[in-house]
Parts: sequence; C-alpha cells; structure tokens
Amino acid sequence: MFSACSDPSSLDGLAWLGCYLTTGKHIDFYWSFLTVLILLAVTAPAALAFGFGGAMAARSPVLPLRLVGKGYAAMVRGIPDIVFFLFFVIALDQGLEWMLHQVRCPDWTDPVRQGLEFRVCPEAKIPSGNAAQIWHRLYGFGLAVVTFAIVFGAFAANVLYGAMQAVPKAQLETGESFGMTQRQVFHRILVPQMWVYALPGLSNLWMILIKATPLLFLLGVQDIVYWARELGGSKTSAFDYPHPDWRLYYFLGLLVFYLCMTRVSEVLLGRLTQRLTRGQATLAGDAQRKPA
Amino acid sequence: MSCLQIIGDYAFRSLGYGERLLPRSDFTLCHQVTLIGSGLIWNIYFGALALIAGFFLANAVALARASRSLWLRKPAEWFIFVFRGSPLFIQFFLFYEAFVLLPRAGFDIPLGLVTLTVETDWLTRAWAGALIVLFLNTAAYSAEIFFGALQSVPRGDIDAADAFGLSGWARFRRVLWPTMLRLAWPAYTNEAIFLFHATTLVFFSGFPAFQQRGDALYYANYFADKTFNPFIPYPIVAVYFILLTLLLTWAFGRVNARLNRHLPSNLRPGIRLRPQLIR
Repeated sequence: MFSACSDPSSLDGLAWLGCYLTTGKHIDFYWSFLTVLILLAVTAPAALAFGFGGAMAARSPVLPLRLVGKGYAAMVRGIPDIVFFLFFVIALDQGLEWMLHQVRCPDWTDPVRQGLEFRVCPEAKIPSGNAAQIWHRLYGFGLAVVTFAIVFGAFAANVLYGAMQAVPKAQLETGESFGMTQRQVFHRILVPQMWVYALPGLSNLWMILIKATPLLFLLGVQDIVYWARELGGSKTSAFDYPHPDWRLYYFLGLLVFYLCMTRVSEVLLGRLTQRLTRGQATLAGDAQRKPA
Repeated sequence: MSCLQIIGDYAFRSLGYGERLLPRSDFTLCHQVTLIGSGLIWNIYFGALALIAGFFLANAVALARASRSLWLRKPAEWFIFVFRGSPLFIQFFLFYEAFVLLPRAGFDIPLGLVTLTVETDWLTRAWAGALIVLFLNTAAYSAEIFFGALQSVPRGDIDAADAFGLSGWARFRRVLWPTMLRLAWPAYTNEAIFLFHATTLVFFSGFPAFQQRGDALYYANYFADKTFNPFIPYPIVAVYFILLTLLLTWAFGRVNARLNRHLPSNLRPGIRLRPQLIR
C-alpha cells in the first residue's frame, strides 16, 4: 500500500508491523467489521418489524392469525437458534429459486428434486450463473440478513407481545368508552405506552443480536471470523509477510471488539432507560422524581 | 436394510461404536433419525457436565462478586463481564487456538526427584476443550443470576437469621443460600435450557469433529449438505431439542417445587420459559 512497504523482507520491527497491518487483505479485514455493523443496522429494524407483525398477529381476534403469531413467537423457545440459521439460508434460497422456476419455466418437465439434487432451470438461478462475484456475495449477505431478521423477529415478537399485554387494560377500555375504534386505541394508546415495558426485553435482545453476529461466518459470509482465521493462520516464507500461527491474537482482537460493543451498548441503553422512565408511574420513575 | 439394523449400526456412531463410515447414499428417514439422535449424546454430555460443574463455580463467583473485598470482587466482575460480554462462538475459537499453541509434547514440571509431565494434547479435543469453554461460560451467566438473587434476599429473612443467633457460615448455609437458590431458580432454568442449545455450536467453531463423531447438528448439517434438502434433518434436530427442553423443564420444575415446598401453594413461583440467551 505504501511505497516503503514494497520490499517487506527488508523491514523489521514496527515498520514491518505497520506494513503488515496495512496489506490489502488487512484492509478487507477492517472492512468486514463494517459488514458486521451493517448487519446490525439492517437487522435490528427488520427484526423489530417482524416482531411487531408477530405480536400484532398473536393479539388478533382471528383464530388462525393468532395461532400463526403465537407459533412464530414460540418457535425460538425450544429449538437452538443456530438450527434456524442453517435451515433458513438453504430453505429461503431453494424457495426463491423454486418460485422463479415456476414463473419463468412453466414448460420445464423434469422434477426439481432429482434424487440428491435440487435442479431448477438455468433462468431461475439466483443470482444468474454469469453474474459478477459481487452479486453472489450480496445475495449471500441478503439471505443472512433475512434469516437474522426472521429469527430475531421471533424473539422480538415475544418481547413486544408481553409489553402489549402489560399496558393496563383499563386504559384501553377508557379509549373505547371515548368512542375510539380498535385501530385508534391501538395507535394512540397501546403503541405509545408499550415501549417502556418493552425496553428491558429489547435491550437484552440487542445484546443478543450483537453476540450472534459472528454466526455470519456459518452462513458463508466473509465476515470478521473468516478473515481472522484466514489472516491469522501461519504463513510460510512463500508469503510476503511470513509469521507463525497468530490466530489467537486475531481472536483476542475480536474478543476485545465485542467486549467494547457490548459495554458501549450497555451504557447507552442504561441512559435510554433513564430517559424513558422519566415521569412514568413505575418504581424507577418515582425514584427519579424524589431524589433521596 | 431394516431400520432395526440401522439403529444397531449407527445408534452409537457419535461415540465411535458401530459402523465406521457414515452413509453416503440412499438416506432413509431411519438413517437421519438414528444418526442425529446419536449425535444428541454429545449435546447431553456437554450440557449436563458443564451445567453440574458450572453450578459450583457460579456459586463461588456470585459470592466473590458480592464480597466486600476488592481483591475478590474485581476478578469476579471481570470474569462475568468477559464471558457474558463476548459471543460464545468467539470464545470457542479463542480457547481452541490457545490450546493448540500449548506445546504438543506437554509440560515438564520438575518436582524434586520426579518430573511430572502434563499432557496438553487432549485439550484440543472437543470433549475436553469445548467442555471447559462451556463450563466457564455457563458459570459466568449463572453467577450473574445467582448474584442478582443474592442481592434480592429479603431483609426480613436476614433479620430472622440474626434473631436466631445464626451468623457466618451457618447463616449462609441455612438462610441465605436456600433463599438465593429459590429466587434464582426460574432464571437458572432458562440458563440451563440455553446452555443445551449452545452446545450445538461446538462442532461449528474451532473444534474439529474427530473421525466424524459430531453432535446432533453436525449430523443434521451432514445430511442437509449431502441431500440438498434441509426440510428433513433440521426438523428432526428441532424435535429432539424440543423433547430435551421439555425434559429439562420438568426436571428443573421438580427441583423448583422442592425449593419452594415451605410456601403456601398460591405463592409458589412457577417456571416460565423466556428466550433470553444466545451467547
């Protein structure tokens, strides 16, 4: 990258380290931290939306919808989440290709599942066979995001359903007695009030989401775990920067990264809780009102 | 090939008994159910041992965290922070790499006349290495739960203990500790369930599966890779884990009932499953 680094074998000490840490692959490694942050930024609202939908469905007066909502919220309880991660990535991929297959190749006669193979017509491949590498990566990342959103949406549905139940019933009935429609009661009374009840659960969920991001590695995305393994492995003298097995140090770096992330989140969420409990009719709210 | 024969061949495949090679073609439902069930032995092994050993360490760490001495409190706080603040997945990788770096031949500890050689090879194997990580991890999570419970022991209980002339160890053993366990038990049940869920990560992190002896998810992933059909093996894992979760909830519920047996029946806290912990 720098001109001083053109001949790594002549360097030593800090200069060597400086050059080593700015190689192209290391720059890719640093960018992959951004991948994690993007995943968090995209998944959190998506999971919240999924969870909101799930919680609304679970409260619906229509029985089938209610069962779907409750089933969705319950699915994460008994089953390890990593099963969902591994399952949804393949299932979503095959589902999308199968649907495209039905639309684009209606005259295709061969069965899609042939023994041990899943075969759709070439037009239904996602991304299409001759697409650039970047599209394959983006598609993989998109699948991972949707998978994360589905799984964490189920967690969020649990939290939001509980929060909606926690809003005092009398308030909803008051709204009805003022002649509000169900929709108005939901939008004007229930939703604004439930956030305080949902916040402890949601902040817990955020911490869980942060700690689940290394699972991106299992979904085939080139994330920080992938690069830590790749870069840390021992390099023989055939490489520009030979070094022994340094994976331990790379993973130590990742550990520190995650500890910082959770620590900062903890502090910020603590402040947010303080802010939201101000003026609430709860114990914590009272404590703020009367400083002893 | 009949299903009974398959069960005979593969039921203990994950431990290295029975058929040497995994099936390569003609996967039947029986193959999948048997092999995945065989892998479940590892999940139960990791979960049960880590839970039992972790329980003792968690008690010690929770007490240290509540201690007045800075020398006890700070290390306990850091232990809990490091293991709860970082992903279990990274912890597996980190410990595996650390174990790999240990000298393969083992340490020589000179003890005067004899020299003790400590083997370190076994630490890189999943059965020991991953167990250590899970043990430390669950100890940290449980310690936080126990610490919280210890902080919320009612003042009246402690006053009563003082009034009876109990102090020191006797007070802890007879009043504080039972109350702490009683208060912590519902949360600890959740922790136990998610510990068992977390055992599925072992063979997907640094630890290699020796001779393809893996856990339930390892075999499910094997079948999904071979058949390109995720719709059979993963639901099988799911069913196994739901059964395991029900069993755990029942067992912990029995303990909970025993811990709360002195309370009137309408005051006994039930155990509610709450999804809380992915590590």
